[in-house]
Amino acid sequence: MSAAPKHDRYDVVVIGAGPAGLAATTMTADAGLSTLLLDENAGPGGQVWRAISSTPVKSEVLLGADYWSGAEIAKAARDSGAEIIHRATVWSLDRNLEIGVSVGGGSAFIKAKRVIIATGAQERPFPIPGWTLPGVMTAGAAQTMLKSSGLVPDCPTVLAGQGPLLWLLAAQILRLGGRIDRVLDTTPRANYIAALPHALAFLTSPYFGKGLAMMREVRAKVRVISGVTELAAAGDGKLESVTYVAGGKRETLPAELLLLHQGVVPNVNLAMAAGVEHRWNELQLCWTPVLDAFGNSSIPGIAIAGDGAGIGGAQAAVVRGRRAAGDAIKELRPQAEIIDLSAEMARAERGRAFLDVLFQPAKQFRMPQGDTIVCRCEEITAKDVLDSVAIGATGPNQLKAYRRTGMGPCQGRLCGLTVTELMAEARGKSPQEIGYYRLRAPVKPIMLSELASLPKDDEATKAVVRG
Amino acid sequence: MIRQEDAIIVGGGIHGCSTALHLCLAGLKPVLIEKDYAGRHASGVNAGGVRQLARDVAEIPLSIRSMGIWETIGDLVDDDCGFESHGQVLVAETDAELDACRARVADLNAQGFNHEELIDGTELRRLVPAVAESCPGGVVSRRDGAAQPARTTTAFRRKAEQLGAILREGVAATNVRKEQGLWHVDVGAETFAAPVLVNAAGAWAGRIAAQLGEPVPVETIAPMLMITSPVAHFIDPVVILRGRKLSFKQFPNGTVLIGGGHLATPDQDRNETVLDWRKLSESARTVAELFEVMRSATITRAWAGIEARMRDDIPVFGPSALHEGLYHQFGFSAHGFQLGPGAGAVMAELIVHGGTQTRIGGLSIERFRNTTPSATA
Repeated sequence: MSAAPKHDRYDVVVIGAGPAGLAATTMTADAGLSTLLLDENAGPGGQVWRAISSTPVKSEVLLGADYWSGAEIAKAARDSGAEIIHRATVWSLDRNLEIGVSVGGGSAFIKAKRVIIATGAQERPFPIPGWTLPGVMTAGAAQTMLKSSGLVPDCPTVLAGQGPLLWLLAAQILRLGGRIDRVLDTTPRANYIAALPHALAFLTSPYFGKGLAMMREVRAKVRVISGVTELAAAGDGKLESVTYVAGGKRETLPAELLLLHQGVVPNVNLAMAAGVEHRWNELQLCWTPVLDAFGNSSIPGIAIAGDGAGIGGAQAAVVRGRRAAGDAIKELRPQAEIIDLSAEMARAERGRAFLDVLFQPAKQFRMPQGDTIVCRCEEITAKDVLDSVAIGATGPNQLKAYRRTGMGPCQGRLCGLTVTELMAEARGKSPQEIGYYRLRAPVKPIMLSELASLPKDDEATKAVVRG
Repeated sequence: MIRQEDAIIVGGGIHGCSTALHLCLAGLKPVLIEKDYAGRHASGVNAGGVRQLARDVAEIPLSIRSMGIWETIGDLVDDDCGFESHGQVLVAETDAELDACRARVADLNAQGFNHEELIDGTELRRLVPAVAESCPGGVVSRRDGAAQPARTTTAFRRKAEQLGAILREGVAATNVRKEQGLWHVDVGAETFAAPVLVNAAGAWAGRIAAQLGEPVPVETIAPMLMITSPVAHFIDPVVILRGRKLSFKQFPNGTVLIGGGHLATPDQDRNETVLDWRKLSESARTVAELFEVMRSATITRAWAGIEARMRDDIPVFGPSALHEGLYHQFGFSAHGFQLGPGAGAVMAELIVHGGTQTRIGGLSIERFRNTTPSATA
């Protein structure tokens, strides 16, 4: 599965084998377009259906029916005739639709007529005091271990944050016999009222029943503290305790593992590095690409599907993948008939606005203060950022000159949103006005020796480096 | 309303900012106009080399002048700009290259310049222990070094503003014209007027010069750079090659910057560049050949800054050949960063006193009189 691409040109290259990427791949390949699906993981599924074809957790009940619905979509992609390469890292994409991809220690460049970016979401940074201590992880990381290896916590464990994934993870850990000592729910109380206008759509969406059942399942086994307004991790060299404030009352719990989660945001790095225009999304509080109804971006030939187009969940991702694929087919096979998916899209997005408002993270958990670290790569605190603003740093790109934020190996994934919002507030501007880091390839680091071994001339470059 | 000041500087790179600062020091009040923000392009994203080494002879006096300022730069801008002086070394990879180095140093010595010094293989390996055994020697310029470009440009900008310079960032200078003996420039809804206009607009300067009747053969280029994740400290000086396109420097935090002049495709109107990974691959190959220790390093980022290159690879610097009160300071052809501090000082002397002790004659725009401009000018 880890051989280099067979060709140097494809009609369609899909990047990411989650719900959107798998759905898009199946459709374009079925339509007879030469399709290449590149994916970083060892198997299909992305994050939500991670390890769908390899998980040791075989019982349907434990991971839930939504998880197993991915198996069929993954199989359809496998049977579609598309070339699928796993453990492939796309490290460059430019406006000429040229893709730099690393497979098995060698890199190749390929060209596509259409590119569908389906690189999904990442967890929103959760910068609280002590979040860099060993023993503090994201809920997503814990879920990765659970899905791919069946690993669950057995030490004193606290889950903190908000959003559907937090509850899903709690339920999954408990079903697999893992340990959770306390769930700290940081959903701001005001959000329940703000979300009311969207409640009807949500009540009639599939999310409602599932969500409620899952929360009930967790509450039956673990003490849940709602309305948490402050959160800090502490310890000498590793996590030893978690302190929180709820209802004005402060409490400290001993803990060896703290799992943090406050929602997911689009993974923008590849699209932004390619030059795709993004705008600040006031509802989801993150950057989302500027797209038409089919997911086409500001760069001709590049479409974005799935959560990378704005958080919509797995069902919406599948429909978005199909819509982007349909548009690629229409462009490359004008005689083909394309089914209108707008009704399906509306159904899949139903209830999303409610979730977006309800789970909008509180300001104090997005914009830390004082000594709390913002940029983990360079160990830059919130105070450092504000001090730089005071002496003339006007935006994230200028801040690089003062503090090197965003220039480490994470390329801003763990500090970018925090930096934008902190600087916007300090300068009395909107995040849109403040902007984001200019992102650059390689989107994921590549070895110098691998870059050095790219074939020399143009012709040779098209033939692929192997191993 | 027209606001009159002492000088209008177009372009907020290291050169525009340095000239603004030095004009302030001379008691003038300049306005600096930058269409993006100071240091957005080449001045903020270059390799940061502070190099007298291997320069065209016409630039050397300006470079030496600048070096003196770099060595006390904290006194000027209240920030050390990350300047470190570990020398710059030009590596000869063959005996023939070393012969050329020998001839060059002898020629410089004959002209009274002593900053370049020929070194043999032993001294080369003392200075750069990790270099491949096959390299027979090279040239060192011991006072040279490197600084942090964005930090430097920002520091000049900040100090100029503190001393009274008016800054306009994020708005382009338009409608440059001379009326009733004063230069006028529109900046959004504002108009500034001044007896002096400095064209320090980098890749955009050729257009201004052409509009004012002084077309020059200039093209827009975007030299590419890439940086690695931190590796264990193994090199102090900046290294450049005699025969191949490579410059190489390790920062105190362990990251290694790899440059050397391979070009990306610039899109000047979009403020964008498209990288050429095949050429970056060549740089990576050269590094891997010369420094075995680098083979397992990872590349974390590559980029390119947009700037102007003259046909003869040396800048246009000094008064206009056509207009009174117009001064050019552009076309530094991928090696203008080190010159910035000195060029600002000399430019201020030219503006305030009408002359300077620093020899800059070879850089005048006069040299392009009667030549045809290039297509991209």
